[in-house]
Amino acid sequence: MSGPAKIELIDVAKRFGDNVVLDGLDLRVEPGESLAIIGGSGSGKSVTIKCILGLMTPDRGRIFVDGEEVTAMKPGERERARAKFGMLFQGGALFDSLSVWRNVTFALTRGHFVRPREMRRVAEENLEKVGLGREVMELRPSELSGGMQKRVALARAIAPRPEIIFFDEPTTGLDPIRADVINDLICELVEDLGVTALTITHDMASASKIAHRIAMLYDGRIVWSGPRDRLYDCGNPYVEQFVQGRAEGPIT
Amino acid sequence: MSETGVLGPIVPAFAAIGRPAIAAFAIVGRVAMFAGRAIARGATPPWYPLRLAEQLLLMGWFALPVAAITALFTGAVLAQQIYIGGSRFNAESSVPTVVVIAMIRELGPLLTGLMIAGRASSAMAAEIGTMRVTEQLDAMETLRTDPYRYLIAPRLLACVIALPALVMVANVIGIFGGYLLSIYKFGFNPSSYLETTARVIVSDDIVISLVKAAVFGFIIALMGCYHGMNAGGGAAGVGRATTNGVVSAFVLILLANLLLTVAAFG
Repeated sequence: MSGPAKIELIDVAKRFGDNVVLDGLDLRVEPGESLAIIGGSGSGKSVTIKCILGLMTPDRGRIFVDGEEVTAMKPGERERARAKFGMLFQGGALFDSLSVWRNVTFALTRGHFVRPREMRRVAEENLEKVGLGREVMELRPSELSGGMQKRVALARAIAPRPEIIFFDEPTTGLDPIRADVINDLICELVEDLGVTALTITHDMASASKIAHRIAMLYDGRIVWSGPRDRLYDCGNPYVEQFVQGRAEGPIT
Repeated sequence: MSETGVLGPIVPAFAAIGRPAIAAFAIVGRVAMFAGRAIARGATPPWYPLRLAEQLLLMGWFALPVAAITALFTGAVLAQQIYIGGSRFNAESSVPTVVVIAMIRELGPLLTGLMIAGRASSAMAAEIGTMRVTEQLDAMETLRTDPYRYLIAPRLLACVIALPALVMVANVIGIFGGYLLSIYKFGFNPSSYLETTARVIVSDDIVISLVKAAVFGFIIALMGCYHGMNAGGGAAGVGRATTNGVVSAFVLILLANLLLTVAAFG
């Protein structure tokens, strides 16, 4: 806890009209750590990630990445800071109009059609990491199954070798075997490459496997945070209700 | 205090006028900021020439049949009506003159603008709106690519370039439509018809026609992109964005046409 955190959120608040989504959120992610945030639908998990990425501006609070305050950055500086980030969106968010290989290498080319031979090779390498072959390279996202789209999106997120990767529901929509492949890949990225990972998920099995630490978001704040092996016996009534999927309890 | 004072009864009336007026000004402000941002970002690198070429092909070349057919029929109908109307005053010979003036000054740019608005504004709003609701625009930003530079600026520039070209073609085809009907139905002499046509075409009319086309092109792209970028609420939101894109482009084209006509011809 002595050095600068990889990501740090201090007293972050965000509301949409009367709906308070984040209400003084404090969060710290250490370098090389894999943190999973769990919480009910609409609890602000995605908003938290979008605030860190600069896709949304918090109403209050400060966000630091590697000790630099991203909330105070100008657009040019923010774009530079984004070079550290990779993001796997819940629905994949692949570009419909581009082929798979151009999607995977989009961050490297920044949308330009350049060095196609080299970029195809890079795309092939990254697709192989997520268990896809070269036969999908020329296909459009609409020609892929949901699970394949997710894997292509993951290949796109890891292609520029980011220092921090955000995973928004990485296993949603995948069969258990493919979900475990994705979980293994996330573990591999964190353990072998030293990537810092922040995952938001409803999948308790996935959270328990990929995260070093799990935090529970409720009512705009972190109500519990602890190591993954304490998830099922942490004694926190919110976490217990959530992981057991009970209708009765403090979460309404 | 004012609610209970002398002004009390009229406050709700002022509020009823004021709220929509403020909302309208807010929309104008948001559209102006959107346009300013798109122009400013589009003016600085990185530029996307391939995206521009792709949009020129879509907005220009592929829209040519629509513009041509609209102009051909409009020119022919115009000649028919001018001939019938003119015959009441023995002014049938004014057909070529009125067809040229009407096509170049008004109908060529206006009808082409409206037809392309129906085609392009809706396509842009739907495409960009779908990208918004499926988080593709967020993904683009996280991949360090500015959607204003990658998506908006090439569309704005392509429409501003393509519309004048389309309008010039439409003007020629419209005049040709009037020529065909006049020759084959009303028995005009082809050479004297063409001679009159050539005589009444003036460069000022062509310039105003091109200026109108460029302005309409800007409006078409601006409305399509603005409503697409601000789409929300899933498929229904994309549908609303598409409708709003087309309707607002239509209204603004008609308004801009009036203002430009008054400014140009007093």
